[in-house]
Amino acid sequence: MTETTYLEAIRTTLAEAMRADARVLVLGEDVAEGGPWGATAGLAEEFGEERVRNTPISEAAICGVAIGAAQSGLRPVVEIMFVDFVTLALDQLVNQAAKAHFMSGGQLQVPLVLRTQGGAGQRGAAQHSQSLEAWLAHVPGLKVAMPSTAADAAGLLQSAIADPNPVVFVENKTLYFRKEDVSDGREPIPLGQARVVRPGRDVTVVALSRLVPEALAVAEELAAEGIEVEVIDPRTLVPLDLEAIVESVARTHRLVIAHEAVLHGGFGAEIAAQVQAAAFDELDAPIQRVGAPFAPVPFSPPLEDAYLPGRADVAAAVRAVLGR
Amino acid sequence: MAERLDSDVGLELLRTMWRIRVFEERVGELTRADEVHGLIHLSVGQEAVAAGVCSQLRADDAVYSNHRAHGHAIAKGASLELVLAELMGRDSGLCRGVGGSMHLVDVEHGLMGATGVVGGNVPLALGSALAGRLLGGDQAAVVFFGDGAVQGGIFVESVNLATLWRLPVVLVCENNGFAEFTPRSAHTNVERVSDVVAPYDLERETVDGNDVGAVHAAFGRFLAEARGGGGPMLLECLTHRLRGHYEGDPQRYREALAAEEWQELDPILRLQRRGAEEGWLDASTPGRLEQEAREQVEEAVGFARESPFPPASLTSELVYA
Repeated sequence: MTETTYLEAIRTTLAEAMRADARVLVLGEDVAEGGPWGATAGLAEEFGEERVRNTPISEAAICGVAIGAAQSGLRPVVEIMFVDFVTLALDQLVNQAAKAHFMSGGQLQVPLVLRTQGGAGQRGAAQHSQSLEAWLAHVPGLKVAMPSTAADAAGLLQSAIADPNPVVFVENKTLYFRKEDVSDGREPIPLGQARVVRPGRDVTVVALSRLVPEALAVAEELAAEGIEVEVIDPRTLVPLDLEAIVESVARTHRLVIAHEAVLHGGFGAEIAAQVQAAAFDELDAPIQRVGAPFAPVPFSPPLEDAYLPGRADVAAAVRAVLGR
Repeated sequence: MAERLDSDVGLELLRTMWRIRVFEERVGELTRADEVHGLIHLSVGQEAVAAGVCSQLRADDAVYSNHRAHGHAIAKGASLELVLAELMGRDSGLCRGVGGSMHLVDVEHGLMGATGVVGGNVPLALGSALAGRLLGGDQAAVVFFGDGAVQGGIFVESVNLATLWRLPVVLVCENNGFAEFTPRSAHTNVERVSDVVAPYDLERETVDGNDVGAVHAAFGRFLAEARGGGGPMLLECLTHRLRGHYEGDPQRYREALAAEEWQELDPILRLQRRGAEEGWLDASTPGRLEQEAREQVEEAVGFARESPFPPASLTSELVYA
């Protein structure tokens, strides 16, 4: 076992992928200097600035260049510094990358990874704090990964780079520096395979990204009261491992879905709809969802703290589905 | 007067332009007959740009096209049968009938994409140029766009990046003076696209885009530079879109060209006059090339009509590689 962080796991995985395959290149704003958090630190020194390319603040063109390069034989990993700025690249991502394989009748492939990070909690205000994964998961042709741990970040990033399709890899800024023990062998984790973070018999909590450690903390608190919570991290929204969620619900008969994104139109609604369609008879209580209110992320610290869904919200939802 | 056109080159350009002209006119008829479906944008009048550029490219040089894509695809080597079957939504089409007129792709011949979103294709060509360079080849990339694309932010982002990274890409603007239904003068104060990119330190040239010899010569110089590690360059071709923005466009926004004006502008007639003057085109060849093109297009119509529509399962099969 080695102690590492989510951020270090990403940096190490990128370096290993670049060592293993000369077609892998990294491009984005300030990536040669390591980026604002250091996710690409040291890569330019090891691989040179042809393969670790700083770009102007031109999200649409950066994304388009990466798509063209991917179609022509490279395996680009493009960084969009904040998921909020993916808005500037949506034509390229949604109209070009997601549809190239489809509209070409299968002739083109876009083996592109778009790394970005989202989430609030750092007083970044409404344009640097969003969780927009539901938009991306809505677009056929894109895959969407949302790791919550260092080990998952490493394993999913390996699979994303190897995948022949465009993969949006949504990291979370508040998870970057959590310390974690990971096993030394690094195996890719297939996209579309959920992880049971903690087994439990009473309630299933499906949590995304930052809400996974929050749900785990709730599960440990409630265990003291004799409530056994099963926590599941889908790890990828597209493809979604519905089977793992339904299998769990078939045992617990109660489901809570928790994410940081705005509840309204959030990905939790999709999970809830799919679960009730697949396993309505297994449910003993209405599905509960946890998410942010229908408002932009406020700046003022007490307002942001109140806005962010967290442990208390997850615990309340668990009690609600249990009726206690 | 430019130097004399090589006779083989001149005949090949004329053959390609006739193939495009006859194909486009037939597609117009098939659109009105509801055999070709969807939003159809024809390139009648602009054939010299597609022919003058693509005739000099190799199959491994990437070309990106736009919503007016048929001529580019044909000039790059795509089969008339497969293009027409695509326009008719058939399984045997270039893209199995799921792409359609605005999204033609023919990887075998290096047509790496066409996009219906104006300007969205420009950075993709930069990416193919970057890949060619990093993988050690001497390929060039070409992107076709209209003057309407130049007012979009992604155009400026792409020109900046291409010049910053010195990518072997030739940006080919077909300036037909109209952005959809609106004359260029109503969208910008900058008349020439080559002036828009002036501050970026790239080679740029504006040519008469209905003079295929001029397009061929200017693009040939740029291509040689791109093969030798130069780039990017911008080639602005001033041309004329004879038909509406799309088939069915009532064109209330402009006066139709008088027949004699068109005779002067028509890139095919101009090349034929030049060939006769330069002595490499005899009187019977134009009619023969037109007839050959008509036969090939009719074969393509027959092929496409006989081709089945794709199976319903194809929609879900093609979402992911």
